[in-house]
Amino acid sequence: MPGDRTNLPRLALHVPEPQFRPGDAVDFAGVEIPAAGAARRPDTAEAAGEFRDLAYTLVRVLDENGRATGPWDPKLSPETLRRMLRSMALTRAFDERMFRAQRQGKTSFYMKCTGEEAVAIGAAFALDRDDMCFPSYRQQGLLIARDCPLVDMMNQIYSNTGDKLQGKQLPIMYSEKRFGFFSISGNLTTQYPQAVGWAMASAAQADTRIAATWCGEGSTAEGDFHSALTFATVYRAPVIFNVVNNQWAISSFSGFAGAEATTFAARAVGYGMAGLRVDGNDILAVYAATAWAAERARTNQGPTLIEHFTYRVEGHSTSDDPSQYRSAGEPTAWPLGDPIQRLKDHLIGMGEWDEERHAAMDRELAEQVRAAQKAAEGNGILGHGLHQPLDTLFDGVFEEMPWHLREQRQMMLDEETASGRPWDRK
Amino acid sequence: MVSEVQAQALEGEAAEQSGATTRMNMIQAINSALDVVMDRDATVTVMGEDVGYFGGVFRATAGLQAKYGKTRVFDTPISEIGIVGVAVGMGAYGLRPVPEIQFADYIYPALDQLVSEAARLRYRSAGEFTAPITVRSPFGGGIFGGQTHSQSPEGIFTHVSGIKTVTPSTPYDAKGLLIAAIEDNDPVLFFEPKRIYNGPFNGHWDRPAENWSRHPAGEVPTGYYRIELGKANVVRAGEAVTILAYGTMVHVALQTVADMGVDAEVIDLRTLVPLDIETIEASVRKTGRCMVVHEATRTGGFGAELAALVQERCFYHLEAPVERVTGFDTPYPHSLEWAYFPGPVRIGQALKKILKD
Ligand SMILES: Cc1ncc(C[n+]2csc(CCOP(=O)(O)OP(=O)(O)O)c2C)c(N)n1
Ligand SMILES: [Mg+2]
Repeated sequence: MPGDRTNLPRLALHVPEPQFRPGDAVDFAGVEIPAAGAARRPDTAEAAGEFRDLAYTLVRVLDENGRATGPWDPKLSPETLRRMLRSMALTRAFDERMFRAQRQGKTSFYMKCTGEEAVAIGAAFALDRDDMCFPSYRQQGLLIARDCPLVDMMNQIYSNTGDKLQGKQLPIMYSEKRFGFFSISGNLTTQYPQAVGWAMASAAQADTRIAATWCGEGSTAEGDFHSALTFATVYRAPVIFNVVNNQWAISSFSGFAGAEATTFAARAVGYGMAGLRVDGNDILAVYAATAWAAERARTNQGPTLIEHFTYRVEGHSTSDDPSQYRSAGEPTAWPLGDPIQRLKDHLIGMGEWDEERHAAMDRELAEQVRAAQKAAEGNGILGHGLHQPLDTLFDGVFEEMPWHLREQRQMMLDEETASGRPWDRK
Repeated sequence: MVSEVQAQALEGEAAEQSGATTRMNMIQAINSALDVVMDRDATVTVMGEDVGYFGGVFRATAGLQAKYGKTRVFDTPISEIGIVGVAVGMGAYGLRPVPEIQFADYIYPALDQLVSEAARLRYRSAGEFTAPITVRSPFGGGIFGGQTHSQSPEGIFTHVSGIKTVTPSTPYDAKGLLIAAIEDNDPVLFFEPKRIYNGPFNGHWDRPAENWSRHPAGEVPTGYYRIELGKANVVRAGEAVTILAYGTMVHVALQTVADMGVDAEVIDLRTLVPLDIETIEASVRKTGRCMVVHEATRTGGFGAELAALVQERCFYHLEAPVERVTGFDTPYPHSLEWAYFPGPVRIGQALKKILKD
């Protein structure tokens, strides 16, 4: 080192470290939780620069006693609240069942959204049915809330003869245009600029529909995220950006996406965009924030970024074992509770629900999921025949099949004959 | 399943370095390579999504952070272009970064930093700056990973000037090649065939899986050794036809010729760029027939380059057109994975065709 630098302080590389690792006792006292009802609710016509503070707090409606308070209370009817509760409970029952199906070897892969149900379902209730969703892999709640038949979802998970994606995609990578649900990509955050493009097209065509998109907090590091925010700001695209901050990205905690320095909602501030940070386990807050952002988008006020502060209760996927990198105490210690329990408590507090009805609903949903599973398995499970005809492998590469694919298709069929067990590949 | 030729080669190379050997699967061999070079060279730095505390989703970097600390082994934000760009910058400072891209299917966001930057830095700065980085990435299918956990994108990178492309087929090769790649002063893409991380998959998906514990090349020196980049390995000597393969397909090809009783010469290329053209030429001149096997899609794949080279250099020795056995020109399907995979039947059909007259 040159002599004239020896007096200077040595640099040090900061590498983030989560608070708790396997074996550690968990205490989330350091997580700041503002009181429910405390955050103000600006008029949807206000300029984004007027309420930057909302990117650094937490919009919360349900308090610790399950009461709805403050200006963000959407004052939904008990009937709507019960439907939301039902959608969340159905999503959880579906997840349980499909996770088990993977463990039983009936398919290759599954991903749960346990503890995060409010994020997708609150939004689905606040959006119009024909608003377009560009989800990540953890928003199955959108499909369930929009009444996609469970058996269709399961057919996709099993890659069976009933799978309209012809077994081409990894389980849970749904595509459901009829439910305003864009084809899920395995490559993170690609949906973000695509949602902006859809929204720009809707605006350019003087349409009335808006777009919404979701990604995890870890995925905000991808370049696509930032490109999307730039385009959305420039063109005031009618789009809602949802960042689902469930604290973990596989084994990497949110600090590896920048959470030690600021909030994810604060990404909006730098772009001059509206940003809200919301209690993601409070479905009323999610609903209210989405409805507010949708109103801004529909009135040409441009995009909103909503950070949903929540927690990934289960492993990343069926391929993951979270006990290898985080404390087993985290899920139960999470200070914002469970979204289903919180809405249930709220409804019970209103006198609109009770334990018996809840137990009956859970039984009914379990039966509904079981029946759907039985029907889906009638179309086959992965690796046990009953899959798509072999030559569908070549469908859909292009609209019309060029010569080289026709040749390769024939080669595959000849191979099948030569294998001595035509059409028998399991 | 390893040939005598390969066994001898292993012995020869192993003899060059002293010390103990032990059984390793490919993941352990890669981990050992990283450990050995990190121990020898304090500038070697490992980075990537989930590689730190957790040790990587395939556990290839397990234990390294605990041993070498967080400034030399660290998790990164989920930004592949960031990972490679930062590695280029660290290389410019004088470090020797070894970034991991979690799956080769996720390398595309990093394309600009790889193609326009890492691959060209030496040339455009007349050697003032270089990119001595080794990008490790699991590639290939056969694990029901669907289209975004199965791809073989090596042909995209062999097309780029200024970047080396390496892929091992055994634990022994993985360790020696990875050490050589990390110590190389040019950017290297090190594609790891994930289907054979645990064992030498022979293409028969319906038979019990083998592991590396009984394979000769699963016996790996615990210490330092290198396998020179740009040197192919004749894994089976033969007279009837030359088969050029790499990664998983080496094992599928070996099994197929054994099953069919074909006296093929099977060459494991090990390095695609720079290619060991001498070994290929000598073999094709001897056998008069050449078949290329890769899992990647066909059109514009590395097999096309091999076929072109062979016809340019061995045309008058060829007794049949060069055959290509490849994945189909479709995305990698989920449920029909084994119809897509260039397995023993596809290789067998091509062998019959090339040996016909
Ligand atoms: C481009 C790309 N890079 C890496 C991956 C591998 N990967 C899949 S999910 C994931 C973590 C994502 O975490 P986050 O965005 O927080 O979403 P979450 O899983 O928590 O919902 C990673 C690294 C990928 N799918 N695509
Ligand atoms: Mg996350």
